[in-house]
Amino acid sequence: MIELRGVTKAFGSQTVLSGLNLEVPEGMITAVIGPSGEGKSVLLKHMIGLLRPDSGSVLVNGQDISRLGGRGMNRVREKFGMLFQNAALFDSLTVFENVAFPLQEKTILTYAEIADRVHEALLQVGLSGVDAKYPDQLSGGMKKRVGLARALLMNPSIILFDEPTTGLDPVICRAIHQMIRETHARFGYTAVVVSHEIPEIFDISDRVAMLYRGSIIQYGTPEEIQGSSHPAVRQFISGSLDGPIHPI
Amino acid sequence: MTYLLAKVGAWTLGRLKEMGRMFNFILYAFYICITSPGHPRHILKQISFIGAKSSLVVVLTACFTGMVLALQGYYTLAKFGSEGMLGVAVSLSLIRELGPVLTALMVTGRAGSAIAAEIGIMRISEQIDALETMALEPFKYLVAPKLIASIFVLPLLCAIFDVVGIWGGYLVGVELLGVNPGAYFGEMENSVQWKDIYSGLVKSGCFGVIIAWICCYRGYYTGHGAEGVSRATTTAVVTSSVLILVWDYFITSVLT
Repeated sequence: MIELRGVTKAFGSQTVLSGLNLEVPEGMITAVIGPSGEGKSVLLKHMIGLLRPDSGSVLVNGQDISRLGGRGMNRVREKFGMLFQNAALFDSLTVFENVAFPLQEKTILTYAEIADRVHEALLQVGLSGVDAKYPDQLSGGMKKRVGLARALLMNPSIILFDEPTTGLDPVICRAIHQMIRETHARFGYTAVVVSHEIPEIFDISDRVAMLYRGSIIQYGTPEEIQGSSHPAVRQFISGSLDGPIHPI
Repeated sequence: MTYLLAKVGAWTLGRLKEMGRMFNFILYAFYICITSPGHPRHILKQISFIGAKSSLVVVLTACFTGMVLALQGYYTLAKFGSEGMLGVAVSLSLIRELGPVLTALMVTGRAGSAIAAEIGIMRISEQIDALETMALEPFKYLVAPKLIASIFVLPLLCAIFDVVGIWGGYLVGVELLGVNPGAYFGEMENSVQWKDIYSGLVKSGCFGVIIAWICCYRGYYTGHGAEGVSRATTTAVVTSSVLILVWDYFITSVLT
């Protein structure tokens, strides 16, 4: 389980997270929704220790990671996989090398064993025959799937998805959501998905948290969020221009 | 007045903080080089990139530097009837000073800028974050191999520069201007000490550290977007070049 307690983070004079509290239940898919620029990716980066809070704490399975250093942090990160907004594939490596990278660096498996694992992971995300391609030869959806294969490869117990469907067409968007749902059902990992895809994200989530003005203003099941009376939540879900959220 | 003082104070504190971060960076880089330098293939790749692929530009620069030194040196020495000392003048200038400095400046321009840009792009496209999320140490892949490769490769390139430069001087001095070939090499053999060669190679090793340090650092802490990477690359080349010249003065005063 991941727990954020009173997390505050500011960049210069701009406070992005303000005393934020959130509990991510184990084995479930939790979606974090909210307007652009509200700090959803910042929140995600706190969960994996890429950013540290100015105050407050981030607990992963009861361990406060906000003050952990090098090796301690790496031990915690062994539990994680992460799919970045732009997939963050290593652009000088092929698809095969990208997916194989963590195995090559962290295990003593033979090349044949690594190749088997890589092909299996690529098949799980519906990719084959792209081993020798470089990231810039792939479409946006394919990059995301390669990123997901790389994230799944080390069998992490927690996977963070930073806007996994941004910039993709509706069909691929649905396919990625379905892939998250299927791999989650198969491996049972805890997932945190930052997304703008309303209402599609409600179909794959077990819990939804709405981030607004630096804190979680509503948390619950997708049904509870969709039935919320909070004006900001209602405006965000309906996509209306009228309400407390100022689009510009 | 208070406003001005505050501005100057803030600027000074900012520079001090930056310097502290730079020193932490190189100390941590050396720590990683010692504790987990990474797979030899990463180091070999960097030796090929920083060393082998810079050799052509180093050879060309060395050849013409030796030629122009011989040309200038010949007319100066001829005034004193000491044309026979041309080999000594060319070789000592190259081995002690021009070889290490010009090699380092060439490598900074060719490989240093590429290092800063490569790491900068990896930073803005979250590839460095991706390494961290895999519980892998980015310094092990991005900094340590470049630092180790630079320390080994710069002295080798400098040695190539010295040899080619001396032959360039020979071409102009002996073949073109008619200096006795025996005098050109004979006087050189008598005058060039092991200490001259040694100090040139030590300088090159130090310049290797400076290039890898500054260029990796600028890339690692690049600004936002393409403009940030562009600025980081320019700053890396300028800062490395200036530091090479400044450090050259200090190390020369210690080694001579």
